[in-house]
Amino acid sequence: MRALLTPLAGAAGFVALWWLATWLRVADPVLLPSPAETWRDTARALQDGPLWHDLWKTVWRTVQAFVIASAIGVPLGLALGARERAYRAVEFVVDFFRSTPASALFPLFLILFGVGEGTKVAVAAFGAALVILFNAAYGVINARRTRVLAARVMGAGEARILWDVLLWEALPQILVGMRAGISLALVIVVVAEMFIGSTDGLGQRVIVAQSLFESGLMYGVIFLAGALGYLLNLLFLVAEKRLVHWGGK
Amino acid sequence: MRQGQGAAIAPRDAAITVRGLRKAFGGQPVYSGFDLDVRRGDILAIFGPNGCGKSTFINMAAGLLPADGGTILYHGREVRDVRIGYVFQNYREALFPWLRAADNIRYPLKRLGLPRLEIERRLERLKAGFRVRFDLQRYPYELSGGQQQLVSVMRALAVEPEVLFLDEPFSALDYETTLDLRTLLQDVLKRLGVTTLLVSHDLEESIALADRLLMLTRRPTTVADDVAVELPWPRTSATLSEEGFVTLKRRCLAVFEAAVAGRA
Ligand SMILES: Nc1ncnc2c1ncn2[C@@H]1O[C@H](COP(=O)(O)OP(=O)(O)OP(=O)(O)O)[C@@H](O)[C@H]1O
Ligand SMILES: [Mg+2]
Repeated sequence: MRALLTPLAGAAGFVALWWLATWLRVADPVLLPSPAETWRDTARALQDGPLWHDLWKTVWRTVQAFVIASAIGVPLGLALGARERAYRAVEFVVDFFRSTPASALFPLFLILFGVGEGTKVAVAAFGAALVILFNAAYGVINARRTRVLAARVMGAGEARILWDVLLWEALPQILVGMRAGISLALVIVVVAEMFIGSTDGLGQRVIVAQSLFESGLMYGVIFLAGALGYLLNLLFLVAEKRLVHWGGK
Repeated sequence: MRQGQGAAIAPRDAAITVRGLRKAFGGQPVYSGFDLDVRRGDILAIFGPNGCGKSTFINMAAGLLPADGGTILYHGREVRDVRIGYVFQNYREALFPWLRAADNIRYPLKRLGLPRLEIERRLERLKAGFRVRFDLQRYPYELSGGQQQLVSVMRALAVEPEVLFLDEPFSALDYETTLDLRTLLQDVLKRLGVTTLLVSHDLEESIALADRLLMLTRRPTTVADDVAVELPWPRTSATLSEEGFVTLKRRCLAVFEAAVAGRA
């Protein structure tokens, strides 16, 4: 109970401060609407506006990007990690593009995939895949040597060892990579929705609300995007706890 | 190099034959022409100072580390054609924490492709043999250190190995647990007649568990002494204070001080 109360108190404090700021007219009400107004505008947009659809589109794009990224990043990372020499060979390239802001790649992906749905998903998948690949590879490289030897002594061949030992040894790190990957995918998708010819999605909604001075709605969409990112992160934290029950023990 | 008992073992009784074994790390030799014969069913304890190459030797013998030269044969066969069991010193890093204790023990049996019924039969037999009273459905990290190492031993013995390798299996356990596990282990090993290589840091333990004790020197590693331990089985905690045991231990200590510690 206590664990739930403390963050709730923090959130309540934040809203109270915000309310106080609007009451004291710290900023122009057009730029900083009250919490109540924000809530009203957002609820209305959810009820009869396009906001549900936008939320759904953003989630769907993020999930697609994440699934593609995992499908590429996990097996490739495992395979590269199992041959450390191979990983060292590509490490620089992986690190380099992992460090490149994905938004800088938008023009390139626009050329490759055109203006459309595919581009947003592809850029996000690219960014997330590198993070997942990197983590999966390091999970394998840092696998407990003794466990690999134990499996070998018990008659496991290389493929068996990869499946029975390395995959499990890397699992905690893979899940960390997936958590970072899906967060990154969400960031890239929202940015892509703002700038790559979009008509929907949270990124598009927030920029439209801003340009129409619907600041209540704008804040609402920002919070919605925040809640989405937070929930995705939480989902993976719970999954890590449940799947990696032996972690830290 | 002295070859205490080695020369006396008839070829058909020798379970392990090591000839001209060589191994160096970064140009520094650990073994340069090491010979050894181990009699079938014997428990051979290998005792020596840190870094003299005990682990290196049993890892080469178990096929986990390639030798630079020489041969290690089991009745003329290479290690990959022999059923072996290996118990690592660090049970925390050797068991699979994602598998329940019972599944850890089943794992090598599945690798052998045994039918399920046979796997369960062996598991039951091991449980009885080691008088297991804790729940094998638990995960390794839910067990005590002694229980975890017992699971490791059961996993190693599940395949009914011809040769068992133990690398300091008790060094991370407290004294009481060590005594318990030692008693259980000697019962099972002697009943099944498994040829065993035991690496140990503990002179008392080496003598108590062994048919034969090999004392190694610092690098470059040679055999300082090769002692037959002819104490009767089973050896209990009472054995540790008996005349024969104490005499033997004193003799080994003298050898250790003279040759191993290099204080002579
Ligand atoms: N992979 C390696 N690379 C370089 N040197 C090594 C390697 N493995 C072992 N050595 C060296 O070989 C020597 C023998 O090592 P080994 O682990 O066999 O010793 P040990 O007798 O088992 O020691 P301990 O009692 O500490 O377990 C040591 O001096 C060690 O530093
Ligand atoms: Mg060692």
